[in-house]
This record gives sequence, structure tokens and C-alpha cells, in this order.
Amino acid sequence: MALDRSDVEKIANLARLQIEEQDIPEYAENLSNILDLVNQMQEADTQDIQPMAHPLNAVQRLRADDVTEMNKRDELQAVAPNVEDGLFLVPKVIE
Amino acid sequence: MFDKTLAELAKGLENGEFSSVELTQSYLDRIKAEDSKYNSYITVTEEQALAQAASADALRAAGNASAFTGLPIAHKDIFCTKGVKTSCGSKMLDNFVSPYDATVVEKFNAVGAVTLGKTNMDEFAMGSSNESSFYGPARNPWNTDCVPGGSSGGSAAAVAARLAPAATGTDTGGSIRQPAALCGITGLKPTYGRVSRFGMIAFASSLDQGGPMTRTAEDAAMMLNVMAGFDKNDSTSMERDVPDYTADLDKPLAGLKIGLPKEYFSDEMNPAIAAQVQDAIREYEKLGATTKEISLPNTHLAVPAYYIIAPAEASSNLSRFDGVRYGYRCESPVDLEDLYKRSRGEGFGAEVKRRIMVGTYALSEGFYDAYYRKAQQIRRLIQQDFANALLEVDVIMGPTTPHPAFRLGEKTSDPIAMYMEDIFTISLNLAGLPGMSIPCGSTEGLPVGLQIIGDYFSEQKLLNVAHQFQLNTDWHKQAPEGI
Repeated sequence: MALDRSDVEKIANLARLQIEEQDIPEYAENLSNILDLVNQMQEADTQDIQPMAHPLNAVQRLRADDVTEMNKRDELQAVAPNVEDGLFLVPKVIE
Repeated sequence: MFDKTLAELAKGLENGEFSSVELTQSYLDRIKAEDSKYNSYITVTEEQALAQAASADALRAAGNASAFTGLPIAHKDIFCTKGVKTSCGSKMLDNFVSPYDATVVEKFNAVGAVTLGKTNMDEFAMGSSNESSFYGPARNPWNTDCVPGGSSGGSAAAVAARLAPAATGTDTGGSIRQPAALCGITGLKPTYGRVSRFGMIAFASSLDQGGPMTRTAEDAAMMLNVMAGFDKNDSTSMERDVPDYTADLDKPLAGLKIGLPKEYFSDEMNPAIAAQVQDAIREYEKLGATTKEISLPNTHLAVPAYYIIAPAEASSNLSRFDGVRYGYRCESPVDLEDLYKRSRGEGFGAEVKRRIMVGTYALSEGFYDAYYRKAQQIRRLIQQDFANALLEVDVIMGPTTPHPAFRLGEKTSDPIAMYMEDIFTISLNLAGLPGMSIPCGSTEGLPVGLQIIGDYFSEQKLLNVAHQFQLNTDWHKQAPEGI
């Protein structure tokens, strides 16, 4: 399974990853090899096999809809790259 | 002092032979003097460690000490530690000082354990050699030209080099067991859901599991006593009582039925490793165990299925690193998309980017059934293989890795060769089963690991089986030359 330059560019864009122009051929080769490896799965007969989401078939727990957490905004924003008045700052999105 | 196990150190503290402050200070001094050879720590938390040690000594003086009080350990740098840098081996989190403690860290703090520091690891736990760390690779204490394994390579190297009596690790495809094997220590990956994942930076959430990395099975039992248990903050944590993991260590093994999967003893195996593992199994026969050949016929599908499931979950988990709320942000972004793309492109290393892209591709429109769904079906086939085998035997044994530690740089240019190093460990994560690696031999001066696999929540049994081997052999007591 061979991915070309445009495939890699498309995937990188979907993943919001900037990759360097000169690295694209190597990514194309690596990703193609990985897809060849994973395509060995296709030889397995999995008809009627239920996909496994949790090894012990556990389901998501529900809890009562009570307030349990305190506001930790300042503590959590202390590690943010850029904040002002409790807001995360990013480049202008709407003109 | 550095040759003592956790259990021995606990006795020393209890008998007043040394204080926790003295013990902690000796380890800190040793790390300072020796770790430049191994690069096993990313951060050493000297001040906090000594403060914790002083509190532990006070707790003991007041008669309130428990089994773990005052014992120093190291945490893999994937566990969030409040007020301490938690990097996950990545440039992305090089500036991240965690505002909270992981549940595992909190549990160790609550019993008065001392944190020496945070250990080196493959970036976001993606790797089998520790070479993808932003901080440079940790090195194998048995031969510093060799890798310690990964992703918990720093924890394994630190324990093997006696720079910590024990450490925490995490295992998504073998990341506790493989470095434990390569560094000649004991490592346990518990049943999925046994140890809380809260505050353990997520790689592949349906596979990730934290566990102990120690010198002995007895120490692993002491660690698991602290780590295991239900946590309401982890939605996949299992609500189930925690037994005393040290309680069954001394049970005799007469009548134990050991399954030997023929797929784990193929012709491609390194012959020296195969021979050492066979010797270990003969030792078990001497202890009264019987063996039986079994088959896990879907073993060859484990690595392919893993390299869909793990990257798919990683691509989703790592989407949180956006340069906005925490972590690395690029310089002068021109717009929001540029901010996302360059922060991620510059903050993540090559292997992480590869896996995010594989996962993104597998989950993209039109491919879900062929990849993720197919992999989840194979997961069930692998689980059924184990379930069938465990109807006939108590535990399954085989090699932990196909090769001993390899040289730094030997496999970095070939991701597939690196992935195949986890061929014997990955199936357990897919099935959610517990497994251990214990030292059982040596080849070319490098340790060999025996893997012991059991049924869900059979950690007590695994620890018992491992401990009995360690009572009758001394592979776990061997130290690298000069240590």
C-alpha cells in the first residue's frame, strides 16, 4: 500500500501537523510500510466477530448530576501560554 | 544500602537502622554522581524528596508509619506530579508543571512514600528503546551502548543501576515488561482497569495500564498494594476489592499448570533466549509445576492490530495538544490554524507524528471498517485464544522479548523492526490481561526476561509464581558490572 506526497499532505492537514517539505518522502515511505504491516489483518476471517471495546465488557459508569469540582481556573491557566482576564488568547479568528 | 530491596529497606526503616532522610539523601547523592552515565532521570526532585522524607520520619516517630512510609521511588515522567515538571518525554510538555497529582502519585504520597524524581521515557510512551525521548535516550546499565528498552526505559535503567529501589512504569504494548527484561529487573503490567489511569498522560486509552518496576516480585507486590484500586476519576477503572498482593507469595507451586505457546518458541527466536527460557521452565518443573504445549493461533495478528488501535487512539488523545491551554506554543502564529499546525509540528517528534498520521488515516472517512473495526475484531480473536488456553493451564510462559537489548541507533531508521520487538508483549494489552517479566538468564552479558501471563485479576498468582522462582534462583540479584 503506497501513499504518495499528496496523501501525506492531506493526512498531515487533517491531523493539524506541520511537516517539513523535505521530510515528506520519508513519511510517505514509513507510513506505507506501516500500512503494509497492518494490512496483514485483512487475511483474518472476522465475519460475525463482535468488535471488542473493553476487555471486561465494562460500560461507562454514570454518576449523580451533582456539583463535585471546585473552580480551579487560575491554577489550570497558570500553565497556559497566553491568558488574559481568565480567557485563553489565540490569534484573531473573526474579523 | 543500594543493594537492598524495598522489603529490606522497609525493615531497615522499621528497625531504626537508618532514617528516610538518610536513605533519600544517599539515593540523591548517588543519582547526582552516577546518572550522567545512564540519563535515567529527566527531573530529580531533591527538595521535595527531602521534605517528604522528613515528613515520613515524623510519621514514623509518631507511630503512624505503614509498610511503604519513607521508601523512596521514582515515577515515570508520564504521571502528573503537582508542582513538578511532567514532560512525557516530549518537547511539547517541556514547560508543563502539572497543576495536579495523578491518582497513582497521590496514593504513594498518601502512604508517605518519597518521590526521588521523574524518569526518562520514549516521547508520549511511543517507542521500544527510549530513543524517541526529547531528553536523549536512557542507557542500559548492563552495556551503555545498548538501549534500556522502552517506553519505561528510564525507570528500568534507574532500578537496574540502583538509582532508585523501585519505580512506576506504564505499559501500552509492553512498555513495562520489555524494558524490565532488557535491564534485568522485575516488571508487572496489571489487568486493564486495576490501576487508575487518572493523571497518567494518555497514549492509547483502551490499552494503557500503570504498574510497578522493581528488583523483586515481593517488591512489586508491595508497590501494587499501593497502586491498585478503583478510582472514580478513571471511567474504565474496575470496581473490585484489592487483595493483599503479598499474601500468597509463599504458596508452594506444586501442581501449577504452565502453558507454553508454540507460537512464542518459533525458529526465529534468538536461540540463547529460547534456551534460557527453557531452563527457567525446567526450574519450575523442579518446583512441582507441569507444562503443556498450547496454541495462541492469532499471535501473528497482534502487532498489525495494535498498530491501528494504538495510533488511532493516540491521534485522538494527542489532539488536546493545541498550543492553547498548556504545553508548547510556536512563535508568532499568523492565524489559529498556523498556531495549531506549527505548535504540533514543532512540539512533537518524528515517531509521535508518524503515529498520529497513521491513526488519523485509519480513522478518516471511509476507512473505519477496514481498519479500526477490523482491529477491534482481531482483538476479540486474540482474547479468545487466551481464554481457551487458560481453561487448561494456570499461567502461560514464554520469552518477554525476541532479542536481548540492541544497540542504540540499530533500529531507529526502521520503525517496523522496532515494532516487532514487542511481538510477545502486545497481545496481552489487546486482551487486557496481566503479565510479568522477571530476569531468568543472560546472553552476551545482557539480561533475558521470562514472561508470565495469567487470567484477569490474577496478579496475586503471578506474583506468587515469580516470587517462588526468585527464592530458588539468583538472576534477579545480579547487578551490572561496576554497580
